[in-house]
Amino acid sequence: MSEWVIELRNVSKAYAAHAVLRNVTLQVRVGEFLTLLGPSGCGKTTILRLLAGFEPANGGEILIGGQDMRTLPPEQRQVNTVFQSYALFPHLTVFENVAFGPRVKGVKGPVLRDRVMDTLRMVKLEDFAGRKPGQLSGGQQQRVAIARAVVNQPRVLLLDEPLSALDYKLRKAMQLELKQLQRRLGITFIFVTHDQEEALSMSDRVAVMNAGRIEQFGTPRQIYEAPENLFVARFVGEINNLSGRVVAAAPPRYDIRLHDRVVNLKSQYIFGVGDRVHVLVRPEDVRIWREHEGSAEERAALFPAVVEAVVYKGSTVDLAIRLDSGDTLSTTQFFNEDDQALMNLDFREGERVFVDWVRDWETILPHEE
Amino acid sequence: MRRKAQGEKRSCLMRIKEPFKLTAVGVIGFWLMAFALLPNLLVVVASLLERGGDEFVALILTLDNYRRLFDPLYLGVLLDSLWLAAATTLLCLLLGYPFAYLLTRMPTRRRPLLLLLVIVPFWTSSLVRTYAMVILLQTNGWLNQLLLDLGWIAEPLELLYTEPAVIAGMLYALLPFMILPLYAVLEKLDRRLIEAARDLGAGRVTIFRRIILPLTLPGIVAGCLLTFLPGLGMFYVADLLGGARAMLVGNLIRDQFLSARDWPFGAAASVLLTVLMGLLLWAYYLSARRANQGALP
Repeated sequence: MSEWVIELRNVSKAYAAHAVLRNVTLQVRVGEFLTLLGPSGCGKTTILRLLAGFEPANGGEILIGGQDMRTLPPEQRQVNTVFQSYALFPHLTVFENVAFGPRVKGVKGPVLRDRVMDTLRMVKLEDFAGRKPGQLSGGQQQRVAIARAVVNQPRVLLLDEPLSALDYKLRKAMQLELKQLQRRLGITFIFVTHDQEEALSMSDRVAVMNAGRIEQFGTPRQIYEAPENLFVARFVGEINNLSGRVVAAAPPRYDIRLHDRVVNLKSQYIFGVGDRVHVLVRPEDVRIWREHEGSAEERAALFPAVVEAVVYKGSTVDLAIRLDSGDTLSTTQFFNEDDQALMNLDFREGERVFVDWVRDWETILPHEE
Repeated sequence: MRRKAQGEKRSCLMRIKEPFKLTAVGVIGFWLMAFALLPNLLVVVASLLERGGDEFVALILTLDNYRRLFDPLYLGVLLDSLWLAAATTLLCLLLGYPFAYLLTRMPTRRRPLLLLLVIVPFWTSSLVRTYAMVILLQTNGWLNQLLLDLGWIAEPLELLYTEPAVIAGMLYALLPFMILPLYAVLEKLDRRLIEAARDLGAGRVTIFRRIILPLTLPGIVAGCLLTFLPGLGMFYVADLLGGARAMLVGNLIRDQFLSARDWPFGAAASVLLTVLMGLLLWAYYLSARRANQGALP
């Protein structure tokens, strides 16, 4: 037995002439919470459908627990799905919905009853066993869908945007519950979402997908802090993109010209002099000096700019800033009790400021068209 | 849910105040009163009267007509009718269910055409279509001719004026009434529920028994009502294809009114049939209400 509970090797899938998955390779560890993150139509749901067995792959291999799934129909696979729309059986009670899987496998009588009730207790629905799905709220239906899947003790639980139909608060609460449930059960979760915040907060690892390919596969921290390409950088969180050109190279450090300034930055990539690069900076890493702050020498290293818009968000103030070079930057300033200078975040639109970012927190990527 | 229904009722009443709607509802109400409620009341009244000499009915109240219905002779007719209608309904269901299912599996583009083909027979009077069945089934008819030509039989079979001929005729006339409601429920059936059941380990038989069948039950019941109820009253099919041998409730009623001129007894038979149908509709209503309970919005 390998350490992978799921392995996809060069899997491809096309509907008619339209390719949905192109050579996807993916390995999932036992007990891992893995998220497939991407915009709609990127193929993430297709991966779930291939794993569940609802559709065959056109090429490549799918292994679950080391076993090739090619000829195994969905009813014989040790995976269960929580569907996006829940797909609860409307004519059956909550109890019967959850009991469906075990019953099919021949579990009966008190054993069945205990198993179903234990699972319902786990999702806090033991008092609703006699209700029909139509008599439950969205969040409760969601729990039934989860209970109906986990009661079968699958090796892998597939979750297809299970929280997208819930309102913001409930979604937050369910994220936490799902994560706790996953830890308690020790079941491998494969979670599909287009919500990057959800992906970052819940997952052990995230596979960012676009147009049928995996763009980056790593921990939430790697994905957010070290995006490997522009798509990942832009899709996961907000990011500012400054284009520059390498003027001097001494790997791993490079002098990069950003308009009329030259900055010395570090990169894991190897660049030559004259290469065009993207310097990517997260809004929360941008620092702002107001006109009266800092000395003239200090300011000389900073980028002069003008505040274009101020958005008060409660815990932060977001600014849109136009550099004198023409680029716009978005920034997020946190209220910080320790920092007297930043206590006052009462920026005015049109105010002259100087900006910089926390050095070495930027990401440098080779130029992409 | 009840409150919502009341709210809807109220808003309906408010909207009825508009003159156009008032006229429309008035016309429909008048129509139903004059051509449905009143005639039916007349039939009920007639069934409680005695047969008259010169007039069709004599104004003497009696339950005698109903007692006569339970005469073994007429009870036999009733049971025969029920049996024929039930057999036809069952055959319609057995043929119609797979048919409707296949229709829903056809490409969406082609479905309207196929549905049209199901409905096309309605464009011809069912009486005419029953006569066509006679031409097919009679001793020197097309079917016998075909079987003779193929050498499968040595002499013509006696097909016409048999019970199977009556059932075949009713089946032909009523099959679309079974297919259409079944198509409606099967088309609405959420494919994801079937995927969910497969995901939970269910095989084809289990999926059909525990998911598809219960969820399409309202359509099955509707289709059965739409074939069974007309099946009880289709006297002309029994007449043309069953000959003198087949006497159904429908034939009985017609004969009492037109030949025997015993209107009160005909009316009583008619009321019995109506009550029977009413009971079935009530059973349908109950089953539909149960199916809707807890259904997802």
